[in-house]
Amino acid sequence: MLESVQQTQTADVTPTTLAAVSAFAEPTHLRWAHLQPAGRALLVATVGLYVSAILLGPLAALGVELAHVGLGATLQALAKPNAIAALKMSLVLTAISVVVNTVVGTLGALAIVRQRFWGRALVNALADLPLAVSPVMIGLAFILLVGRDGWLAPVLDRIGLKVMFSFTGLVIATLFVALPYTLREVVYVLEELGTSEEEAAATLGASPWQVFWRVTLPNIRFGLGYGVLMALARSLGEFGAVLVLGGSISGQTQTATTFIHDALEERETAGAYGMAVVLALTSVVLLLGLEWAKRQKKVGRP
Amino acid sequence: MKIRVEHLSKRFGSFVAVDDVSFEVADGSLVALLGPSGSGKSTLLRILAGLESADSGQVWFDDESATDLHTRMRGVGFVFQHYALFRHLTVERNIGFGLDVRGVDKASVRRKVKELLALTGLSGLEDRYPSQLSGGQRQRVALARALAPEPKLLLLDEPFGAVDAKVREELRQWLRRLHDEVGVTSIFVTHDQEEAFAVSDRVLVVHRGRIEQNGTPMEILDNPATEFVARFVGEVNVLPASLRGDTAHSGALQAKVSGEVPAGLAHLVIRSYDLKLWREDPGVATVQRVVTFGDRVRVQALVDGAGPIVAQFPRRSSLLKNIVPGSRVQIEVTTARAYPAETSSLHPMAAAQ
Repeated sequence: MLESVQQTQTADVTPTTLAAVSAFAEPTHLRWAHLQPAGRALLVATVGLYVSAILLGPLAALGVELAHVGLGATLQALAKPNAIAALKMSLVLTAISVVVNTVVGTLGALAIVRQRFWGRALVNALADLPLAVSPVMIGLAFILLVGRDGWLAPVLDRIGLKVMFSFTGLVIATLFVALPYTLREVVYVLEELGTSEEEAAATLGASPWQVFWRVTLPNIRFGLGYGVLMALARSLGEFGAVLVLGGSISGQTQTATTFIHDALEERETAGAYGMAVVLALTSVVLLLGLEWAKRQKKVGRP
Repeated sequence: MKIRVEHLSKRFGSFVAVDDVSFEVADGSLVALLGPSGSGKSTLLRILAGLESADSGQVWFDDESATDLHTRMRGVGFVFQHYALFRHLTVERNIGFGLDVRGVDKASVRRKVKELLALTGLSGLEDRYPSQLSGGQRQRVALARALAPEPKLLLLDEPFGAVDAKVREELRQWLRRLHDEVGVTSIFVTHDQEEAFAVSDRVLVVHRGRIEQNGTPMEILDNPATEFVARFVGEVNVLPASLRGDTAHSGALQAKVSGEVPAGLAHLVIRSYDLKLWREDPGVATVQRVVTFGDRVRVQALVDGAGPIVAQFPRRSSLLKNIVPGSRVQIEVTTARAYPAETSSLHPMAAAQ
């Protein structure tokens, strides 16, 4: 089907436009040709079943349960002040995380890729730390640092900053777990981009500021967007670190995820399912956004 | 603009890329930096553009020091080997970029871009993106973009390296015409001697970070200053020889040589087309192979007591009569040069004997 379409196109286009067209065609070299049809079917079926069972199954169960409890009851549970406060808290934390990660991710990646400084490799490796360790452990480590008997407790007491079980703690926890996502993605696209376009801009008289806004940023924008969306998803879904550092105090430091946890403990299933569905729907929107950004990243590469 | 470079050096770690280089480029001329890859010619070009800073030495633009000038203040147009076009901008925006960042008003930018599109034969492609252009078109966009801010110096890094042979030939002639029309001082880097000789007014042969020779194409072809230059331009034979007066002896072969080399051991360098060879018994050599390609014939022969040599003839040459593998032949060297033996190792072919 695809081939026949391409053939009719080749008839009346110049070689130049043909090159442009083929850039969008599916790269056939990425496919396995040596697999027998039966083998391929088996591979596809296995992956399909696994993904359905592990991803779609729970989501479907959530939908069914929600129907059980009833939409009215769910909305009622979600309209309670502590539910609204938790959702609000999650949104505020996510918004802060997105802004900070956009800036820090971009500047950090520029420093790691474009600058040569002492300790660069160490910074580059440490940036992945939050990916490697459990958020609960991170929370615990922060307690040792800023908790009541923590190393920094005297300093924090003096300046009157409360970290544990406070908004500040939640912000730190969220920023920490989401840090690598934007940074990694921007590092990757910057390395792919190379320096020659930036050098060309400099020879044409562009200031470093102009080079960034007119050349670097437009070229990394979809990669940056992808990274920011990942950071957003991670911030919204974080549970362990915000639970340990924030304590999930209802109406104060409770987030959407810890709200679900607490609601389940207290057998308020309507609230738990409702909040879970809200997060799930957000995820769907995020997924669509990620998919779009991923596609855009590929377009326009010569 | 006149360019003067004094004692420029640049190393990357322990690798010396540019080694105490000095030269001048006259205003309005087109100069080639010719050398093998890794010879330091691209680094030299990048230092001139301010994209790389030299460890020591000076760069002068029209008697003004440009050594510490930032790239964007140099007023230099640079054409990158792989074009480095802005992939997110159209051809029009690419070409206009250098004017846009200077805050030139939109109408003037449009006018200048139109002018350059016509000059480079790209009219009608202004709304295309770089990914929608052929290699030759991208090359011309890169040139138009570099020329837009009216640079005082145009630098081109392997400008025709990434296009196929036929387009390269066209672009080469076109670049020469363009240069004569615009008249901007231009320096380009190439590893292709044919390209250097076909296009430029002067050629600087670069080897191991040094300038081996600076001369017109004719001077370099006729009077290669070093053995490296002689070997690099055209097909040559290098034979170990002992020198007495102006005659070099290499096995059974004798040749009158030019060049001032003290008597003793030397390398005898003979171009493959500076040899005559005819059937004669006993002669001085035995023919090993005769290969025809196009309108040329290459004859490989083993010189008694010296080693293998290669001679080239036009296909219809009467000298070739009866020459087949195994023939004994006499050899006359029409032009040859001798270089001190210790400067570099022998050609593997000549050393094989």
